[in-house]
Amino acid sequence: MEKQWEAMTADEKQEAMFAQWLSPQGVEFASPEAEKAYKERATRLKDAIQLKKKPDRVPIMPMLGFFPAYYSGLTPQDMMYDYEKLSGAFKKYVLDFEPDAHIGIAIPTPGKVFDILDYKLYARPGHGVAPEYTYQCIEGEYMKADEYDAFTQDPAQFFANTYMPRIFGALAPFQMLPNFANIQEIVFVAPNLIPFGIPDVQNAYKALFEAGNEAMKWIGTVGAFNVEMAAAGFPNFLGGFSKAPFDVIGDTLRGTRGMMVDMYRQPDKLIRALEQITPMMINMGVSAAKQAGNPIVFIPLHKGADGFLSEEQYKKFYWPTFKEVLLGLINEGCVPFPWCEGGYNTRLKIIRDMPKGKVMWGFDLTDMTKAKEILGDFACIGNGVPIDLLSVGTTEQVRDYAKKLIDTTGKGGGFIMMNGAALENVKPDNVKTMIDTTKEYGVY
Amino acid sequence: MAKDLCKTLADLKEDEVLAIVEEKLKAGADPMGILADAGRAMEIVGNRFSKSEYFIPDLVYSGEILKKINELVKPKLTEEGGAKTGGKVIIGTVTGDIHDIGKDIVVFMLDVNGFDVVDLGVDVPIQKFVDTIKETSAPVVGLSGFLTLAYDSMKQTIEAIKAAGLRDNTKIMIGGGQITDEIMNYTGADAFGKDAMVGVSLAKKWAGIK
Repeated sequence: MEKQWEAMTADEKQEAMFAQWLSPQGVEFASPEAEKAYKERATRLKDAIQLKKKPDRVPIMPMLGFFPAYYSGLTPQDMMYDYEKLSGAFKKYVLDFEPDAHIGIAIPTPGKVFDILDYKLYARPGHGVAPEYTYQCIEGEYMKADEYDAFTQDPAQFFANTYMPRIFGALAPFQMLPNFANIQEIVFVAPNLIPFGIPDVQNAYKALFEAGNEAMKWIGTVGAFNVEMAAAGFPNFLGGFSKAPFDVIGDTLRGTRGMMVDMYRQPDKLIRALEQITPMMINMGVSAAKQAGNPIVFIPLHKGADGFLSEEQYKKFYWPTFKEVLLGLINEGCVPFPWCEGGYNTRLKIIRDMPKGKVMWGFDLTDMTKAKEILGDFACIGNGVPIDLLSVGTTEQVRDYAKKLIDTTGKGGGFIMMNGAALENVKPDNVKTMIDTTKEYGVY
Repeated sequence: MAKDLCKTLADLKEDEVLAIVEEKLKAGADPMGILADAGRAMEIVGNRFSKSEYFIPDLVYSGEILKKINELVKPKLTEEGGAKTGGKVIIGTVTGDIHDIGKDIVVFMLDVNGFDVVDLGVDVPIQKFVDTIKETSAPVVGLSGFLTLAYDSMKQTIEAIKAAGLRDNTKIMIGGGQITDEIMNYTGADAFGKDAMVGVSLAKKWAGIK
């Protein structure tokens, strides 16, 4: 089996991954109708992505933040602390709105895990922001300007010894952890185990075990949700998660400001670190997608958007390693799904440089006529009713916008109706209108 | 003679800029003159940003270089430098939202353009905006927000400013990644800015500066 996989082309691997997604393991469909609906929905999305065949209609796949919570009269805090409410609210959303796929319930994340570990990287409902707001990253230089060498030399050790103690209060003693790579022969064993005898280190591990127990509880709910939704006829769109190396450094290591200054003061070190991260990001996406039996790897994009970098800066710092991640995923049969938050108008010609039918691009504020013109022959593109209209517009405005989008961007297939900014407390009637209009008006 | 400080700074050549400043200070140049050159350079940086010749990294880096210039010049300053002539502007990220990158760039560009900026930080309670307007009589307020949840926080903040009887004498601009005309109308703001330089133009217009 393993050998067979190695011998396959990227095309064959993708087909094999899609075949798994179309016949999910361990799922007993609730009824023959549910099974038929599941296959129709997954096939519709697959056809839109592969560009081999026009789907029966435009698929509709809303990208969610905490919308199901607000829709059920609950808060993000409820979602993060009460797994039953989490599962219940997201189920209600799927069954009431009937999108072509859902995105699971892992993104709300379990609050208790963060409390146990004293996670400092994010402001969370009840910890830094009010319960009715979503979690938000606290930007900072969690990796210092002079730590590139340490990071590049051994990222895993840098994370264990330096990064984890900074972002988790309970793991501060991890500064004392040894490097396991030092344990090479008999005389090296005991000296390297001394840190594990230190009470502070042992307490850090106790916290980690406690957090692990909580994560187990949480994943039970997350997994059961996926199985139950599949049984009812709704595929999970997301198989795995990855990031562009530039965003890895810019989001949570050096911070936006830190990295932007590094582009000037130490560009070579920055590029070396980006290259170091690249295979890690490929493995992260591939292993999750294989485990899930679903080729689609979600890659939310942040700091390469229009305005964030000049074209020259994008080509020098952002695109080379991001491109390598995309190709690495494609070669293993995955479908990278970069979600371009903000505008991506100035990048369209650059990102066109990809094999056909292998990437699915989600757009937010990008000019979709231009996107269709430049990318349409090469890749599936996604876009939807803009978040401002969904938030404050009328159902009529939403319907008109969706129809226009289907007429122009949807023409000929290769298009998925999805919004480009995560849905939070938008008007439910508007979400319903976007979904229903696509189903009624988007038939090819 | 040293190279042109203004041009070198506008071109973001950090090492050269610092060498020029050090040389000038050693030669006994007027620190205020150095800061005036730096100010002109920042104006060029802002213009290049407006024309899409510069991008966010370039603005951020110009700010870093300026910080270093200030560090060198400060010990030599005899008078309180850089009187603010542009008027007062209150800025903050609205309640529930902790994003600060966009806001900080706006604050920085307003500051280098001569405005006296009162930066209230992030996740700013509605009442804090109202109280600060009362205290400072600032004619211009900027509300920042990156989350779409900020739409309602902005609307509520503006309503509270109105309820306090302060709306007529206050111009309000909003900004953030997902701010559009629709949202400007929804929140009741006077204008919105796509980027920091639009914010500066609005503040200048409202303060009556050409």
